[in-house]
Amino acid sequence: MTLPRALDFLAVPERFMAVSTWLAPVLGALAAALIGAGLWTGVSAPSDYQQGATVLIMFIHVPAAWLSMFGYICLAGASLLSLIFRHALADAAAKACAPLGAGFTALALATGSLWGRPMWGAWWVWDARLTSVLVLLLFYLGYIALRASIEDEGRAGRAAAILALVGAINLPIVHFSVNWWNTLHQGASVFRPGGPTLALVYLIPLLLIALGYMAAFGSLWLVRIRAELWRRRARVLSLQAAGR
Amino acid sequence: MTVLGLDLGKYAAFILPAYGLTAGFFVWIIAASLTASRRWRREAERLQAEKDAANR
Repeated sequence: MTLPRALDFLAVPERFMAVSTWLAPVLGALAAALIGAGLWTGVSAPSDYQQGATVLIMFIHVPAAWLSMFGYICLAGASLLSLIFRHALADAAAKACAPLGAGFTALALATGSLWGRPMWGAWWVWDARLTSVLVLLLFYLGYIALRASIEDEGRAGRAAAILALVGAINLPIVHFSVNWWNTLHQGASVFRPGGPTLALVYLIPLLLIALGYMAAFGSLWLVRIRAELWRRRARVLSLQAAGR
Repeated sequence: MTVLGLDLGKYAAFILPAYGLTAGFFVWIIAASLTASRRWRREAERLQAEKDAANR
């Protein structure tokens, strides 16, 4: 099977390198600008009448939680492409994505815990949302560990891709956990039928920072894919040198 | 407690570590990604130069 023409740059490493050379710094600069603007408007927002100043944690916790899910969608998507099309670039993209997604997931759990303690009186509760996000982190870590444990890179990539696709089952569970079960974690207040319930004074900085996180994720993902392609090139050259 | 003109009140002990962790994460992931990219690029270029020299 071949990729559609619009996705050519994802299949040809040389074309990807050319595009990512300028796209990674552009996304990085965009991320810095968006996060800066979001923080500026966020700290100007009044304290919440119930949560007080802890509402400031929302601006960094919620985007990290969204990115933990978005990162896994990228990981599963790249894994699917690598399994179907056997493109080395898709496999490199999946490998490069996992540590980023794991980092954002760990960050979401840590900042959520720091928000939960003053609001719920507990650092951690085994409710459906928190537990399913912990399972998401374990899928990321399992993916990284599985890849590292198999010496043959081709086999490692295929086995890890299958694990990534199995883990995708957890994504709707994370998203709908607050609807399907009674949880201490609050329900969706932005992506919900009927529109956001969050006041604009909080929604605007939240969306700015979330877009900034996404741009940062994109920039870092490109940098990490480039690193992986350079590593693979170095490995091939090293094997050729050993055979000379 | 007031930090940079912001009154964080009794929640400063939770807000500041949350922002500190986030900043630390970004610094670490940016540094690790750029370092790995530069390292492997240099390694690939060095091996390519060796190969070119051997073929001459």
